Amino acid sequence: MARFQPGDLVQVRDAQQGTHHRTPAYIKGRMGRVHALSGLYPNPETLAYGADGMPERDLYLVAFDMKDLWGERFDGPAGDTLLVDIYEHWLEPASDGGTA
Amino acid sequence: MSTHTHHGHDHSHDGHEHEGMLEDVELSERARRVLAMEELLAEKGVIDRSEVQRLIDFQGARSPVDGARVVARAWSDPDYKRRLLADPEAALLELGYPLVGSAKLAVLENTDAVHHLVVCTLCSCYPTSLLGLPPDWYKSFAYRSRAVVNPRGVMREFGLDVDSDVEVRVVDSTADLRYLVLPQRPEGTEGLSEEELVALVTRDSMIGVGVALAPVG
Repeated sequence: MARFQPGDLVQVRDAQQGTHHRTPAYIKGRMGRVHALSGLYPNPETLAYGADGMPERDLYLVAFDMKDLWGERFDGPAGDTLLVDIYEHWLEPASDGGTA
Repeated sequence: MSTHTHHGHDHSHDGHEHEGMLEDVELSERARRVLAMEELLAEKGVIDRSEVQRLIDFQGARSPVDGARVVARAWSDPDYKRRLLADPEAALLELGYPLVGSAKLAVLENTDAVHHLVVCTLCSCYPTSLLGLPPDWYKSFAYRSRAVVNPRGVMREFGLDVDSDVEVRVVDSTADLRYLVLPQRPEGTEGLSEEELVALVTRDSMIGVGVALAPVG
């Protein structure tokens, strides 16, 4: 059962990991909203080392607000978004009162 | 990637040829490394050379025209479009396009309100099962780093100015899911056949750095 549902506010874990993982550095620690559930996939973090990737992990498409994410560096209009594939174990629940 | 003529065909160095055949060709350090790794993996029985060749042949047999056929069908047949968005794998199979490997595929529909742009910041994930190999710029550090920060600027460099009242959605394809953009059907194409529509669907429009071509005339 997936831990998050579309619309849920989430925070990407701000963790350093020296081994293979698919969470881009620029998104770590940032808050976003679950846009869609993309299903279960073998875990690339163990798959990369010859294991079978089990148990499978839920994959989410998480939406981040461009202005919020990049601040002054983003010169496009408000409302533009960035969607990133993120595996469930890289997400924590967040609330609107949390730190962005 | 460098190319040379081999038995009269343009041929890419994908690292799949026997080293003996490449003695007279200057290889980059990366290409030499890939070849050495392939040699080792084959020697140790980790990979099967014929399987590697089969995958290369499969990808080589695909091109953006295949994606264009899918898009043109979706434009022509609303029921097909619904199936394509709901279950891309089955819809592609209907047209004879199986997905290979573990990666699945999702379709992102561009509308009057939303324009999608696909990038893979971690490497170069691309729907090769349908579109063949990605263009070189898609793999470049410049595209991968700039598309997520300044997508509108990047698209302008490709000649596409997206209206400010249209939401730009950049999709960073970091996992085992590949993305195909379903571009909007151009205006003035109501009378065109599906085959004529295919010619309007560019590779760039299926990545999102472009839109489908306007009909001639």
